[in-house]
Amino acid sequence: MELFYFLLLGFAILMYVVLDGFDLGLGILYPALPEQHDRDMMMRSVSHVWDGNETWLVFGGVILMGAFPAAYATLLPTLYLPICLMLISLIFRGIAFEYRFKATSSRQWWDLAFGLGSSVAAFCQGLMLGSLVQSGGEQLLTPFSILTAFAVMAGYALLGATYLVVKTSGALQDKAKRLVKPLLALVIIAMVAVSLWNFLAVPSVHTRWMSNIGWLWPIPFITAVIAFALFKSLKHSEVAPFYCAVALFVMGFIGLVVGLFPYLVPGRLSLFDAAAPRQSLTFLLPGVLIFVPIILAYTLWGYRIFRGKVHDFEEGY
Amino acid sequence: MDVALLSRLQFAWTVSLHILFPTMTIGLAVLIATWEGLWLKTRDPRYLQLAKFWIKPFAITFGSGVVTGIVLSYEFGTNFSEFSHIVGPVLGPLMTYEVMTAFFLEAGFLGVMLFGWQRVGEKLHFFATVVVAIGTVLSAFWILAANSWMQTPAGYAFEGGQYVPVDWFKVIFNPSFPIRLVHMLLATFLTANFLVAGISAWFLLKGYDREFAKRGLSLSLWFILILAPLQAFVGDEHGLEVKEHQPVKLAAMEGIWDKVEHSPALRLFAIPDEKTETNHLEVKIPYLASIILTHSLHGEVQGLKSVPAQDRPPLLPVFFAFRVMVGLGVLMVLVAFFANWQRRGARLYENKWLLKLLVLMTPAGLIATVAGWWVVEIGRQPWLVYGLVRTEQVVSKLPAERVAISFALFVVTYLALLTAFLHFYRKLVRKGPPDMAKLESQVIGMKAPGYALNWVRELKKEGF
Repeated sequence: MELFYFLLLGFAILMYVVLDGFDLGLGILYPALPEQHDRDMMMRSVSHVWDGNETWLVFGGVILMGAFPAAYATLLPTLYLPICLMLISLIFRGIAFEYRFKATSSRQWWDLAFGLGSSVAAFCQGLMLGSLVQSGGEQLLTPFSILTAFAVMAGYALLGATYLVVKTSGALQDKAKRLVKPLLALVIIAMVAVSLWNFLAVPSVHTRWMSNIGWLWPIPFITAVIAFALFKSLKHSEVAPFYCAVALFVMGFIGLVVGLFPYLVPGRLSLFDAAAPRQSLTFLLPGVLIFVPIILAYTLWGYRIFRGKVHDFEEGY
Repeated sequence: MDVALLSRLQFAWTVSLHILFPTMTIGLAVLIATWEGLWLKTRDPRYLQLAKFWIKPFAITFGSGVVTGIVLSYEFGTNFSEFSHIVGPVLGPLMTYEVMTAFFLEAGFLGVMLFGWQRVGEKLHFFATVVVAIGTVLSAFWILAANSWMQTPAGYAFEGGQYVPVDWFKVIFNPSFPIRLVHMLLATFLTANFLVAGISAWFLLKGYDREFAKRGLSLSLWFILILAPLQAFVGDEHGLEVKEHQPVKLAAMEGIWDKVEHSPALRLFAIPDEKTETNHLEVKIPYLASIILTHSLHGEVQGLKSVPAQDRPPLLPVFFAFRVMVGLGVLMVLVAFFANWQRRGARLYENKWLLKLLVLMTPAGLIATVAGWWVVEIGRQPWLVYGLVRTEQVVSKLPAERVAISFALFVVTYLALLTAFLHFYRKLVRKGPPDMAKLESQVIGMKAPGYALNWVRELKKEGF
């Protein structure tokens, strides 16, 4: 059962990273797309989903607290400052959605709040990931964690750009398409660098991979295939690049977990040490089994209702 | 500075500002769903006008509630890590259920409610609005279950250094939960209705669309007439519950030092002094506390001195916040009766003094709710889980300057948030209700081809 909650936690984190990834990515792309009209479109393309996307962050947090309270209690104080900074950035970018369209004189401030807020939030998430993988959160600002921070930003930006290709048309779509290739290159370089560094510097990761290479080799191989498919699909498809970008994230995530398993706090706390008592896990189980599929169903339904391109006259309330 | 104190101040600050937003959105969501339902039933476009106007302030309030709420779900772990470790097995699942049954539901259907007017049929839109309203009420259900468990813990055991659930039904429906939930929901409905009444009254005074303002004012005053006295009754019942389970908190609320075995008096005003353990400048009404708290003339009430000083809550904020809450409650009941009495001869919409009073009362529900929250939360100190876990024992062992930095950042951020919120709220209100003529043509045109296009062009001109 602990394993089930470990998978659920992983699923929640992955959902968060992919979903909030593309709307954070739009904010990261802001400096590259300075035109007001383009920015209007970018905001509108996600204004109906961003808070649903962020809810996965809360979900991840409460699952960690409910199912692995020891890990929650260890990790959060260790990562105190980046978490606080991330939360504050999320506040600023979140309210920018509400106020940007209603603002007249203060619009540039809301642009700043959205762009900077998204970038800092993504940076903090990457920083936490890097520090966690490398030292269980002990050392925060290391060259490795800064590298992962930029890697996460690049990944989100790629998600954002491919999402924009799906949701827009005309000049803005062309601009987004032009951004995809350099971003893809950046993401591949970052993934290779982070993986190699992780592989070489962390002994446990090194042994894990070397002793299981027989069945782990598909992970980097499939990742490479996906990256190539993304590159190829740019010419003839609007949606395929986005799905490929999502798949890249999934593969990267699997790669990370393979190296860390079964640790929640690397080197310190495994999922079995941190698990909550049985009674808590059994109480949650029926809820998870019933509600998570329902949540996925209506989330999908929501995306279907707002499918198609964003046009400049739509989405006001 | 002391880490424990800084962490507590930071939590108090973030939670006090956060609570403003859900208090407004829960009540408003229910009101908007009601109006939209009435519109579908009667086809009276005034109801649609109400729903369409209020959906905008609702949206910005909801957004602010979301972003400030995320902070709270992580603060348990960052600042009170020991707490989340030892009670995580009980509170974590409750909060997970909150996210699964409420937050996702609200977020999933909010998009359709706000932006789906042209994407879905009117019935499906109404469905989305109702689901959002249900989601907001469900979130109140779970968070109050968690909070009430911390006030009156039940159904648990202590094993291996953690509190673990033994009987989930008892954990959720702990002794103080039902009354606390009802009290809080009534508070949110009252808050929303005073908001609608106050802003409608302001529209009447300023000469906005009169029929719109009259409809909003009239409906909200009927609701207030029912809700305000009901809340007084429920608050009284809640008081009895506190007397039973948290007598020291009650003594702090009432400013009673010594045990009163015979007919305690009600202190209308006093300045409690924790050093000398007495009150200054007392204004008392004999027998009244006895009647209210024990429902008899000769009741008995426990005093603060019954426990050592370190087991008492900070007295002044509890004592005064309680008076603010009750005072506003009494005022609400009086206003409810007076305003509805003024309906005779349609003086309600003409009486400038009454309208001005209602404008002044616009934030009454909010102030009363925050005051009530302080009574509950500060009154529970020094316990985090009443009688089980002391607050100072479970604070994260962080360097003080780290918490000082985050606290300063949160103060600045939330002040900016609040300023922006008030600015845009004011802007939305001053813009006034949507134009009725246009709204009617839209309603008729909803089935006409090309309707959506025209409608959104209009919207674009308006700047949305």
